[in-house]
Amino acid sequence: MRLLALVIRILQQIIRDKRTIALLIVAPILILTMLNLVFNGKDYVPKIGFVNIPDTLETQLLASDAEITTYETEKQAIEALADHELDAYLLFDSMEPTVVLEGSDPSVNGSVIQWLQSSLSTVQQDIQSEPKIEYIYGSSTMSSFDYFGPVLLGFFVFFFTFLIAGISFLRERTTGTLERLLASPIRKWEIVLGYTIGFGIFAIIQASIIAAYAIYGLGLLMEGAFIYVLLITLALAITALTLGILLSTFANNELQIIQFIPLAVVPQIFFSGLFNLDTISEWLRWIIPLTPLYYAADALRNIMVRGMGWDMIYQDVLFLLGFSILFIVLNIFALRRYRKI
Amino acid sequence: MSQQNNIVSIRNVSKAFGKHSVLHEITLEISAGEIFGFLGPSGAGKTTLVKQLAGLDTPTEGANFLFGDKMPNIHLINKIGYMAQSDALYNELTAKENLEFFASLYGLKHKARKKRISEVMELVSLTDDLNKLVSNYSGGMKRRLSLAIALLHQPQLLILDEPTVGIDPVLRKSIWDAFVSLKENGTTIIVTTHVMDEAEKCDRLGMIRDGKLIAVGTPNMLVQETKASSIEEAFLIYGGA
Repeated sequence: MRLLALVIRILQQIIRDKRTIALLIVAPILILTMLNLVFNGKDYVPKIGFVNIPDTLETQLLASDAEITTYETEKQAIEALADHELDAYLLFDSMEPTVVLEGSDPSVNGSVIQWLQSSLSTVQQDIQSEPKIEYIYGSSTMSSFDYFGPVLLGFFVFFFTFLIAGISFLRERTTGTLERLLASPIRKWEIVLGYTIGFGIFAIIQASIIAAYAIYGLGLLMEGAFIYVLLITLALAITALTLGILLSTFANNELQIIQFIPLAVVPQIFFSGLFNLDTISEWLRWIIPLTPLYYAADALRNIMVRGMGWDMIYQDVLFLLGFSILFIVLNIFALRRYRKI
Repeated sequence: MSQQNNIVSIRNVSKAFGKHSVLHEITLEISAGEIFGFLGPSGAGKTTLVKQLAGLDTPTEGANFLFGDKMPNIHLINKIGYMAQSDALYNELTAKENLEFFASLYGLKHKARKKRISEVMELVSLTDDLNKLVSNYSGGMKRRLSLAIALLHQPQLLILDEPTVGIDPVLRKSIWDAFVSLKENGTTIIVTTHVMDEAEKCDRLGMIRDGKLIAVGTPNMLVQETKASSIEEAFLIYGGA
């Protein structure tokens, strides 16, 4: 009953604060929309290398919409590809064309393929077969947004829940209402759990709206089940809010909560899979398993990009719940500062 | 000294934050049904002492006993009504929502909750402002709402930290009348104050200065003992001024 009272109070407070609701829902939608436009821009001119192209074809293709460089041997082209001077090279082996793409950036791949289709169709009669397309990295159907989307979804949930829960609890402390709460028969675990449930309910609503918008509005790749996405975001939100509450204990005002962002939130982006984890330097790698966002991003990608189910994500869920329980226990312990019992 | 009558027993309590001593060997008994006032300048240690009585702080040395049990004790908390020095209210919520929240924390069921809310709001003359957002309240109204919240669960012991700061004389009088009627119903009230005319209304006074209890007695007794003309003068004499 006390727990319920606290949950109701938190929800009432959130509903009153229209601007914060707007921030939590509109800001991620706005950013995702912008990223969608940024990553899916179509005006990129691909850089193509030619190796062994018949002269008649070359003159025709040179007129097409691409930056073209000619190489004497395939080895030179491969080197150029490795140095990011090229996005792809076109190779003719006795009139059989092969395109080799660097492939790591889906939006670039798209441009290359588009160029290939439009320009080769004009000279089709000279080519004996359809071009063979080879990817060094990546695949043909993915966009960058599909690849980063799940990570960003997790990040927004984490970031905003962390911020709002931390600041709410800080306010509870600085306005004296926490002390007033502790002068009532409420138990410390009820306070922490009440906050977790109250903000958890809001986080699940926030996550549903943002995820639905990204998937159905922006067309983010979604191979798996929506309910798993919600499950992961809820688990991540609980981790974020319990961490936010815990860190707010060490802050004296709102600005000091903001100061935790570069320490507790931003580094998680590096280890979330937005950047390639295999290239992280050895002496930083031990941090990866300590960042909650890593588990959430991994699970979200498995669900959304690879269409995987419970058997592939339950470990990530368990890790997130483990973090949450750890933070909840630490929070209850931190409240001892205000009341010993 | 019978345990029955002494609701509050402060036994040789000292409190220090690091090397800084806030309370120094305070011993005091407060009996049932009295209005006991802690009088002293700000920074004297009044708030630290009443926080300990409310279970929000613990002494470095000594112990506080309420209703015969050592504080802090979760089972005693229901018998205590506490009003902090700062108005601990949720500004985004209405007065009613604040009251409902705290009433639920004290386990008041729906019907009793409604009845008590209208009773306490009547007592502090805020009935007409029940559905207003607290952020639209004036300072004095917030103070009265805090008091109303402390009274909600009909505690046997009321601990009020500067309850009438920012309240005009007319309302202050009506609030003190309420204290007296609560007292007549058997409630023990502990108030802190630095206002001298308020001190005179207490049954007994404890004068605190620099963390030391420098005098305890009825207001009349303290005045007579020092041959002073007022409480204020008596306080200065006890303080060695």
